[in-house]
Amino acid sequence: MRIPCPFCGARDSREFVFRGDAQPVRPGGDDAGAMFDYLYLRDNPAGAFEELWYHAQGCRNWLRVTRNTVTHAITDARLARPEPAA
Amino acid sequence: MSAQPFRLAHGGLIDRSRTLTFTFDGKSYTGHPGDTLASALLAHGVRLFGRSFKYHRPRGVLTAGSEEPNALVTLREGARAEPNTRATTIELFDGLVATSQNRWPSLGFDLMAVNQLAAPLFVAGFYYKTFMWPAKAWEKLYEPLIRRAAGLGALSGQEDPDHYEHDHAFCDVLVVGAGPAGLIAALDAGRAGLRVVLADEGAMPGGQLLTERVQIDGQDGPAWVAGAIAALSAMPHVRVMRRTTVFGRFDDGEHGAIEQVADHLPVPLPGQPRQRLWKIVARQTILATGATERPIVFDGNDRPGVMLAGAVSTYCNRYGVAPGRRAVVLTASDSGWQTAADLIAAGVTLLAVIDTRAGVPEILTAPIRAAGVPVLTGGQLVAAKGSPLSQVIAADNQGRRHSYAADLLAVAGGWNPQVALAAHLGHKPVWREDIAAYALGAAPADVSAAGAADGVYGLAGAMASARAAVLKAAAALGTALTPAALPAAQDTAHAVSAVWATGPCKAKAFVDFQHDVTASDVTLAVREGYTSVEHLKRYTTLGMATDQGRVSQVNGHGLLAAATGKALAETGTIRARPPVVPVAIGAFGGHHRGRQFRPTRHTASHDWAAARGAVFVDAGQWKRAQWYALPHETTWRQSVDREVHATRNGVGLCDVSTLGKIELIGADVGTLLDRLYINGFAALPVGKARYGLMLREDGFAMDDGTVTRFADDRWFMTTTTANAARVMQHIDFARQVLWPDLDAQAVSVTEQWATYSIAGPRARELLAAALPDSDVSNVALPYMGAVAMRWRGYAARLFRLSFSGELAYELSVPAHLGAALVHHLCDVGTLFGLTPYGTEALGVMRIEKGHPAGNELNGWTTAADLGLGRMASKTKDYIGRIMAGRPALVDPARPRLVGLKPVDGVSAVRAGAHLLRPGATPAPSHDEGYVSSACYSPTLGTPIALALLAHGADRHGEDVVVHDPVRGADVRALVCDPVFFDPAGERLRG
Amino acid sequence: MRYSIVQLARQALGRHRGWAPAWRDATPKDGYDVVIVGGGGHGLAAAYYLAKVHGITNVALVERGWIGGGNAGRNTTIIRSNYGLPGNEPFYEWSMKLWEGLEQDLNYNAMVSQRGVLNLYHSDPQRDAYARRGNAMRMHGVDATLLDADAVRKMAPFLDFDNARFPIDGGLLQERGGTARHDAVNWGYARAASALGVDIIQNCEVTGFLRDASGAVTGVETGRGTIRAGKVGLAVAGMTSHVAAKAGLKLPIESHVLQAFVSEGLKPLIPGVITYGAGHFYVSQSDKGGLVFGGDIDGYNSYAQRGNLPVVEDVCEGAMALMPMIGRVRMLRSWGGIMDMSMDGSPIIDHTPIPGLYLNAGWCYGGFKATPASGWCFAHLLATDTAHDTATAYRLDRFRTGHVIDEKGAGAQPNLH
Repeated sequence: MRIPCPFCGARDSREFVFRGDAQPVRPGGDDAGAMFDYLYLRDNPAGAFEELWYHAQGCRNWLRVTRNTVTHAITDARLARPEPAA
Repeated sequence: MSAQPFRLAHGGLIDRSRTLTFTFDGKSYTGHPGDTLASALLAHGVRLFGRSFKYHRPRGVLTAGSEEPNALVTLREGARAEPNTRATTIELFDGLVATSQNRWPSLGFDLMAVNQLAAPLFVAGFYYKTFMWPAKAWEKLYEPLIRRAAGLGALSGQEDPDHYEHDHAFCDVLVVGAGPAGLIAALDAGRAGLRVVLADEGAMPGGQLLTERVQIDGQDGPAWVAGAIAALSAMPHVRVMRRTTVFGRFDDGEHGAIEQVADHLPVPLPGQPRQRLWKIVARQTILATGATERPIVFDGNDRPGVMLAGAVSTYCNRYGVAPGRRAVVLTASDSGWQTAADLIAAGVTLLAVIDTRAGVPEILTAPIRAAGVPVLTGGQLVAAKGSPLSQVIAADNQGRRHSYAADLLAVAGGWNPQVALAAHLGHKPVWREDIAAYALGAAPADVSAAGAADGVYGLAGAMASARAAVLKAAAALGTALTPAALPAAQDTAHAVSAVWATGPCKAKAFVDFQHDVTASDVTLAVREGYTSVEHLKRYTTLGMATDQGRVSQVNGHGLLAAATGKALAETGTIRARPPVVPVAIGAFGGHHRGRQFRPTRHTASHDWAAARGAVFVDAGQWKRAQWYALPHETTWRQSVDREVHATRNGVGLCDVSTLGKIELIGADVGTLLDRLYINGFAALPVGKARYGLMLREDGFAMDDGTVTRFADDRWFMTTTTANAARVMQHIDFARQVLWPDLDAQAVSVTEQWATYSIAGPRARELLAAALPDSDVSNVALPYMGAVAMRWRGYAARLFRLSFSGELAYELSVPAHLGAALVHHLCDVGTLFGLTPYGTEALGVMRIEKGHPAGNELNGWTTAADLGLGRMASKTKDYIGRIMAGRPALVDPARPRLVGLKPVDGVSAVRAGAHLLRPGATPAPSHDEGYVSSACYSPTLGTPIALALLAHGADRHGEDVVVHDPVRGADVRALVCDPVFFDPAGERLRG
Repeated sequence: MRYSIVQLARQALGRHRGWAPAWRDATPKDGYDVVIVGGGGHGLAAAYYLAKVHGITNVALVERGWIGGGNAGRNTTIIRSNYGLPGNEPFYEWSMKLWEGLEQDLNYNAMVSQRGVLNLYHSDPQRDAYARRGNAMRMHGVDATLLDADAVRKMAPFLDFDNARFPIDGGLLQERGGTARHDAVNWGYARAASALGVDIIQNCEVTGFLRDASGAVTGVETGRGTIRAGKVGLAVAGMTSHVAAKAGLKLPIESHVLQAFVSEGLKPLIPGVITYGAGHFYVSQSDKGGLVFGGDIDGYNSYAQRGNLPVVEDVCEGAMALMPMIGRVRMLRSWGGIMDMSMDGSPIIDHTPIPGLYLNAGWCYGGFKATPASGWCFAHLLATDTAHDTATAYRLDRFRTGHVIDEKGAGAQPNLH
């Protein structure tokens, strides 16, 4: 598998660390229920999936990668943090 | 060449000017360069090559390629012995030694063949129905017997002496297979300027151009191939890889390929790997992998002397060997007639050609009839008899029997395109009625098949199909292609019919040769309801032999379809799995074995430590000094006790460079740290360090360490050695994903700093002498203070931190100065009795001080469990705060950190022991915790331990039983505060 | 038809024409007391124990493909009960006890072979962690032996003791651990369940759930029609999220691919199951002679039943580091299965928040060894609406309460378990 890192170019997945679903947003505040949902519940779709990869042996950017979990085809990869203003 | 009685007088791509000598089962034979082990043995008239798995049936050579199921031998001897090697692909070399397998006492006389007598019982799945009584007999009696008979070849049990390499290639077009289709594809793509890799499993590219008597562009096949290879070799952007099998297709254009660098040599040349594993990343892939011939199922179809027709042609044409003297051809496809012609041309007596089809075109039959050979169309093969083959009984279309005294039966059952590579990503081949085979269906977008791999068997057609594949690939790559005219060639007839079995198929009619799966086994499986292709495979083991069903599978599915009344398109086929051909495990491992299994990380002063007698211990990939043995010390405890004593009473030196180190810069680092740690950091003054504890988001402790502030926007964090990479990732996650708005940069500097702890009552004296320009007084550098300084002109940092509980400093210098610093400290330190200490003494001192470390930060503990609950801020949010409040995490009955001392003052309390109340029986319901860390405390003169004990904080002064049944007897211990030494911390502040 | 050597001989005389199908190829009825979704080992075992132990025989098992086609037929066949945490150990030991009598109970030889499971350790902390686990096993009445390097050398002299990056210091041995023939387990349960009246319905994919006005599940919609059910049990590990989503459930589970490998057949040389402690590699040898081995999951979410080269290399690196004689053995075949990776690495056998719908899921890569007990405990739950004594910890709400069962201490990230 090759991850098209927007900073480094297409690189072997060996350089990356996988984390998982990119959708859940960490809730602030004291809502334990929201935190439980964020931390533990997963859609786990069979199909298109937005996921987080860390280019640990490259630029050390966290990436938001769109990959199909059935075909493994990657259709998009971008930095997880917002692009800096030009 | 009377020594090789079956060698033809002329022809073949062998070098007759040189003779090679080799042995098989101890007997000496000769052959020529260009031979395989199989062709050379056939040249001597050897018919018997091996024994089958279950019935130990005698077996000969069936094929001339990597799909061979029968002729498996052990190649070479001793540590280089290589079991289950296909005689059909072993390139002959001088001095080759091969041995037959799975027979006792000898290949010719195999007592295990007695299994055949029990064949009526040994049907598919028989073992599921018996061996159940009595209950204990399976392991004691039946299974040992079965296991003794299992397997084919034996492994030496010795370390593989050869080595293996990994390499990478990137290309626009990968062409797999260098037959006519592959060569055309590579030439076309190469001429268009595309980067091409052409990989072929053989030593000699050419495929069918080497094995069939054809004319191409007015040349014979091998001559044209030579020209094509020369043209390709002249293109710098084209790489031709011989002896290289592409065995697997993976995601994003990645292919695995195995190059057999030195398998054709007696031993690899000095420095040469035996094999090289390639990872080839291709933008487009063209499968020119050809097709493999399938046998036909009939009684006795496994007799030595029954051979696939294409293989017979190959032995005649490529190797100049007649695989027999008196031959019969059985065919269900047009190609069998070509073999008949090849046999006639080779001077073999052809007794008959039997075609199971009724309407065979005159153009095929006429030349054979003209040679005076009887032709039976619409015929059947009743039985092959003799071992080796001596009689072939056929029936004509009237049912009349004909018997032939043949020693060779060439079988042409049709062709299966080799498209497994396209199936590895999950695209199943589809049944094609026109070629009576499974072929490429919906393939990955970047994969095409060409030539026989696409079911196009004629030479001209194959090349045209390759051209079409290249055009498709070039279009996908956006490359214009103006191809030259294709070479002139003729198409031979190549119709194939779907014939799986012929004749009565009563008992010994084999579908899977190696595993002895018969036609009646398939019927039995169907009768018992194992009717999906996967159930059939698993119940009968059909297709699970070393050829992975390349020879057997389609026939099996054909018989299954017939038995279930389904169409082959409906039954489907088994999903092909990598590798296409078996690949040595050593090749996958590459050089990652022995000491090179994983990288070894040395700190800057490793050599100094080694010279000081250090015994090293693995800490992740690091080597750390565990203790420094003096010459007179005979046990490790002597060294460790001395080091602890010296540090507690004088001054010690410890290399702590392996701790993770992270530099953080930015206006919002304080805020970030507040969210990472349970305790507050934003208000930490410049020049101060603070201990912190991080949680995972699920509320359990993750790591601890210190953070020092060197400027308003400049911070320095340490982590444990084990968690360095993980914490770095965690910080990057927090600052990039969770809170990208924070102005906080982070970079790992673990490798950049060498850090030494100088600990003990005389640490300040030593440092004052070693760093005369620095003020190390308690006022200038109090406990938890830090200063940036310079040492020998380079940036350095001095921290007043203590893990040992002593007056202690940590001094960091750039890593390249680490060794120099250690030498300097030791030089100065002789005046103060400076003693280097290792991780063991470090561990003893931290247990004496009750500091949690890796054994306590084990992923199961909370801050409160570790006695650090009071550190948690109530006024800020931080990672793990919410989940740490879950009921199970705040349960007062949770095991809490305590100290333990043996009641008798001498018994060892071991880490990993469990804790029970005195008098309680050892049962899960009485399990109250466990010992996490233990040591002998030279300071206290007694063994001590840290433990996690239910309600532990409330039980100081109680007795517990330390229960360690896997290692020894129970020990009584006294529960105490985890801080055994200097609980007020006076020494470290002094 | 009872299987025995006598029966085999009798059938041989009739040229094996008298054998009956191992299980009935049933067509769905309108309704059942219980419908189990998923024809893997766990579903088949649950159906069998519902009928055998609880007398509930009006049971259908629906399978979208062929039985045993998921992880039940794609594993490395290891059985063991060497867990460290109190939530796990009683359950796996109950499974081991059921393995030990399985063949006689099912009248099907599943080749349960207790040749031992040896976990190697390479450092003092690893030794102590294994000691802790071994002690826990002993307290549960389970066999466990802590071996030193010499004892390991006697068992497996071919390991790399001398040139290793991570020398072998010893191992934790469970002698009762071993292997079983995975397909035979599935077929044995299917045959025995079918004989007790359970309908095994293959090629029957569940496409939705029947719900009543209260929201309770009252049956399943399938490719072969609607099937009403008093209770519906999901045993579809690997696809759990996918199927549960049809009932509107979101679970603490991700699907990940685990690859495994088998070598060409060799004469016997590996005594039992050996697990490397300094890399991702474990190996046993099948009765046919193939070395069956594996390692870690690929690490990314996948439903593809196939993996990539990095893990293949990682596993073989471990193999070469541990037993360098293996270099000349050829890998014959690899395969991939989809794992239900739960958030703490441990399974779930529980009610769901939806009345009528029960869940058996989250087996990670440890499902095969659990097959008998999983079936037993799921049947118990379906029949009695209470958790079996050995499975009380496998609650769905444990993530909310914090009673996680995290053997590795890795936290809420499925691919770290």
